Formats: sequence, C-alpha cells, structure tokens
Amino acid sequence: MTKGQRIAAAAAVLIGTAAGLGAFTFVYAKGYSYLTTDPAACANCHIMDEHYSAWLKSSHRNVAGCNDCHTPHDLVGKYATKAKNGFWHSFYFTTGNFPYPLRITGGNKEIVEGACRSCHEGITSAMNHGGVIAPPGMEVQPAREEIACTHCHEYVGHWVR
Amino acid sequence: MAEPHAPDPRPEPPARRRRFTGPWLIAAAVAAGLVTLGVAALLTNIFERRAEARNPFYRVVELTDTTVDPAVWGKNFPIHYDLYNNTVDMTRTRYGGSEAIPRQPTELDPRDVVAASRLVEDPRLREFWAGYAFAEDFREERGHAYMFIDQVFTERQQVVQQPGTCLHCHASVYTVYMKAGDGDLIAGFDRVNRMKYQDAAALAQHPVSCIDCHNPATMELRITRPGFMEGMRALKASQGVDGYDVNRDATRAEMRTYVCGQCHVEYYFKGPEKRLTYPWAKGLTVDSIMAYYDEVGFRDWTHAVSGAPTLKAQHPEFEMFSQGIHARSGVACADCHMPYLRVGAMKVSDHWVRSPMLNVNNACQTCHKQSEDELQARVSNIQDRTYEMRNIAIDATLDLTRAIGAAVRADSTNPRIAAARQYQRKAQFYTDFVEAENSMGFHADQESVRILGNAVNFARLGMATLYGARVPDRPALVPPPPQTVTPHPERGGGATRERR
Repeated sequence: MTKGQRIAAAAAVLIGTAAGLGAFTFVYAKGYSYLTTDPAACANCHIMDEHYSAWLKSSHRNVAGCNDCHTPHDLVGKYATKAKNGFWHSFYFTTGNFPYPLRITGGNKEIVEGACRSCHEGITSAMNHGGVIAPPGMEVQPAREEIACTHCHEYVGHWVR
Repeated sequence: MAEPHAPDPRPEPPARRRRFTGPWLIAAAVAAGLVTLGVAALLTNIFERRAEARNPFYRVVELTDTTVDPAVWGKNFPIHYDLYNNTVDMTRTRYGGSEAIPRQPTELDPRDVVAASRLVEDPRLREFWAGYAFAEDFREERGHAYMFIDQVFTERQQVVQQPGTCLHCHASVYTVYMKAGDGDLIAGFDRVNRMKYQDAAALAQHPVSCIDCHNPATMELRITRPGFMEGMRALKASQGVDGYDVNRDATRAEMRTYVCGQCHVEYYFKGPEKRLTYPWAKGLTVDSIMAYYDEVGFRDWTHAVSGAPTLKAQHPEFEMFSQGIHARSGVACADCHMPYLRVGAMKVSDHWVRSPMLNVNNACQTCHKQSEDELQARVSNIQDRTYEMRNIAIDATLDLTRAIGAAVRADSTNPRIAAARQYQRKAQFYTDFVEAENSMGFHADQESVRILGNAVNFARLGMATLYGARVPDRPALVPPPPQTVTPHPERGGGATRERR
C-alpha cells in the first residue's frame, strides 16, 4: 500500500464516519419528518410545544396544519420556505440566541396573510371591493388600506399565553 | 496490493494520479473531520435539548404540612427556590419600590438597609394621617423577603402596641396557626390574634414561604389565610352564594389571583379580640367597603387635626384589580407578577414576584404585541394621570381637615362639625384607597380616577356643609340605558344584542 493509498484509506474512513454519524443524527433528530406535513414535526424541538398544543385546541386544527398557513401554497415556494426557516430556526434554537416570547416577522408574516386570503378568498375579496352589506344608514367604502387578518383574528391559529 | 518487502519494479505513477492522493486527500480528510466534529456537536446539542424536554423532577425530601422552611422545599424545586430568593433585590419603578437606603443600625432596629420613606417624599402625608402610627413611619414597599423584618422593626411598633393579628400577612403563619390551634387553623388564628405582636412574632421564622400558597402533597395552589376564607365567604354570600369554601369552589385560574388576594387587600381588626376581617360583606368596591365600615361604625383612629372618625385604607390591590380591565379579561395576578419563564424546555412560574414594569417582556408582551417602550409609555400615561388626581385629592381632603380643625377651635359646639367630619372620613378613605394601593391606578385606571373624583367631591361637600350651604349628595343623573344594535332587516336573523 502506497503512502497515497494509505491517506486515501484514512480519508475514506473519516468521510465514512462523517456520513455515518450524519445519517444517525438525521434519523435521531427525525430529519425525515420535516419532509412531511405532520404538524407534530414542527414540535420536534420543544420550543414549539406551546404553539403545537395551542393549535390542537384551535378552530383551525381540522382544516389547516402548520404548513397550510406558514408555507406558500406552491411547491417551490413551500420547500424554499421550509429550507430557509428550517435552517434559521435550527440555527437559533441550537445557539440559544433568540428573543422570547417568539414573534413572527417579515416574510413569514406575509406568507400567513397570503394563506388566510387564499382559503378565505370569498370573504376577503368582498371586503376589498366593498361587497359587504352595509348596516342601516351607513355606506361601505372599499378598503383604502388593507390590514392584516391576524390583526383581529389572532386567536384562530394558536393562541399562546 | 504490492508486497511490502519486495522492491517495487513499477515506475513512478503519472503525476496526474498523484495529485489526488496527496494534498487533496489531506484536505478531504480535514473537511470530513470538521464535518464529523460539527455533526457530533449538533447531535450532542439535540440530545441535550431532548433531555431538557423531559422535565425531570427529583424528589429529594419529603414535604409535609409542617415543612415551613422554603430551603427544604427548594431541594425538590431548586429553580423555583432560586427565583423566590431574588425578592431580596431592591429596585424601584417610577411610582413604587425603592433602592436600598443605608441606615445606621440601632439597638431597637438592627436593619442596615431600609426602603425610602414615603413621609419624606410627600410630607403632606404626616398631616393626612395625623394622630395615627402611619404618620410616624411609612416606607416604600420592598420584596417579599423583607415582609417579616420590616414589620418587626417599623417605628409604628414603637408608638402603639400591635396585636398578633398583623402576623397573618407578615410571616409564614400557616404552621404557626396549625400549631397554636392543635391542628385547627381557625382556632390557631383566633389564638394568635389575641397575642401581643412581639409574642406572636416569636413563633414565626420565615417571610411568606412555599407552604403559604402550595399544598405540599400536590403542589396545587391553596388558600391558607383565614381572613381571606372568611372574607370570600361573606362576599359570595352577598352575591347569593351560601357556604362558599374557597379551597373547594375556586377554579385553578381564580386561585392564581386568590393566593395573592390572601394578603393584598383592605382589612380591619374587628372588636376587642382583634379578629382580622376583610370588609367585603357588601361587595369589593370602595363604595361597598365604605358602606360596610359606616354600618359597623368602625374607625381606625380619630384624626388629630379635625377629630374626624377616620379610616386608613391598607393595600387594596385585590379589590382594585377586580374592578379593572385585566381582571375582566380573565388575567390573574400571577400572569403579570409571576409570568411564565422558560428554563430549558420547562415553563416555570417566575417566583421572583415583582413589578411587571421590571419584566415587561415576559409580563406584558406575551399578550401585548407592542414594543416595550410603547407598553411602558401606556403605563406611565395611566400612572401620571392617577398621580395628578391623587395629589389633588390629598390637597382637597387636607383643606377640609384643616377647615374642620379651625371650626372646632372657633366653636366646638358648632352643629355642622359632625356632618363635615363624616365627609372628611369619606374623602380620606377614598383618597387613601388609591394612595395605599400599589399600582398608582394601573390595576383599574378609570376606577382609580373615579374614586379620586369622588374623594374631591366629598371634600367639596364637607366644605359646603361646614359653611352652611345646602348641597345635594350626588347629582341626580343616572347613566342612560345601554344602546342596542338591531340587525339589518334584509339579512334577517340574529337576536338583538346589547352593546357593551
């Protein structure tokens, strides 16, 4: 066995070790579960326990799981969002450097808003175009400024307190 | 593979192949090593987080109904115990609490740190309580850890002989009562009430402790204070519920307020046996409590300036909070003063009981999504307004007090004095109900300002009475009936709903 071959063997052992340990970690951490739509997967890390148990008691539990509200409804957007959030959530949970109580921010907020409007389109489009029946003596103006559904309906998904 | 001992007859392999067996392979090995290291670290982290999520509980000691020392409970509940011990910290908020003020210990009072004096901060209070022990020494509140020693050493103890009743809320007294009553809590309560304060205090060792709120077998919340049990029974009876037993009938959510309400209340010492009584037989509002005191003819002291039969409001946090929007929304004391705290995967009630203003993130932001600055500003808005009204009400009450004093000096047989003194009694109690309450209006903001408005009105009525003007007690106007909303006729259906 030449020197080169010995080095190759050592490298192969190391790469194999990394791959083996990686595979074990993947299975141990239930990495495969993130490819499913089971909401329990989102509570693999205990930080989401409260949200998960609140969702179980929510009005949406039978009609929408985590992915239905928190990922876009197209295939590419869905997996891109899963990958992005999956990476950053793991990163912050592992380092422990994140503010608590948890807050939804930025793009994730828009995804949720889009999800409300996609399933409840019949109502939201009527609201945006003045299709609501006015109370007596009042006129309904088309909305000048749209506000987020969850601004008022913050209880429907998972009310944690 | 080549024979190790035979010389290799083959020529050197071409350079192209060597490139992959040399430095490249070393780099690959290093990379694989680093990846392995990273994956192992991640695996360990995941393992630790999983372990956290198991919420292990180790029962190290047996806790019984006589275990009063919190350090013993702390062996089973170290996280809670560590938090509980933090109540020794001295911090102030804008309107409450105090930094540690150093003092020279004396023989009578060995404390070398105390809280700031309220009498120095607002000297009007000496005249406001003239003739009562509170005009001698009244300090800012500090943490639970000090409740016992601060009562033992307040100068109020030196000007009057206090009864053992005071211990009810200034020490861990459950085991003391049980022992004094031979296992009968109420009998022990009665016995300790009749003792001299110093004799009773000698029976207790700790400030409020685990056993005062928790059942040692199940850790469930429970009420241990006879004053609260009896007060709640009287209150519920006034609402048509007979035989209310708070430990049997209260919900878990109510208990998260009631355990605090055991002590953070208005009270008086009834009769010569100095029985601690919460004046709730007509209701929890200041008006009901005033009506109760008038009916039983109780006075705390006779005002030194005016001779009025005056009352000292204590710290009616429970009563005030019950009138506010948070109580109405189902929020409990513990939600803001002992908010949930994350320790690993565990949700722990923060036993560092303190002002939510020192802990806005956990205390307020769990429900309120606004920024910390915005929430602080909202609280300041309420408190600044209440403080302004409080100052006006104290001035108004003092004006009446001095006017009555002057009238007594001019002609003590003046028949208007008695009626004016009754108005001072009311103005004084209403003002003190907000002044003594530890939230500067926050626990029920509009109620606080309503009370202070009434206090100012009582002072006005007292003045008018003293000078012989005929004035109606209250304006004749009553609130208009509630508005109703009728559904749109075309859409039909739906009952008429009352707008609240």
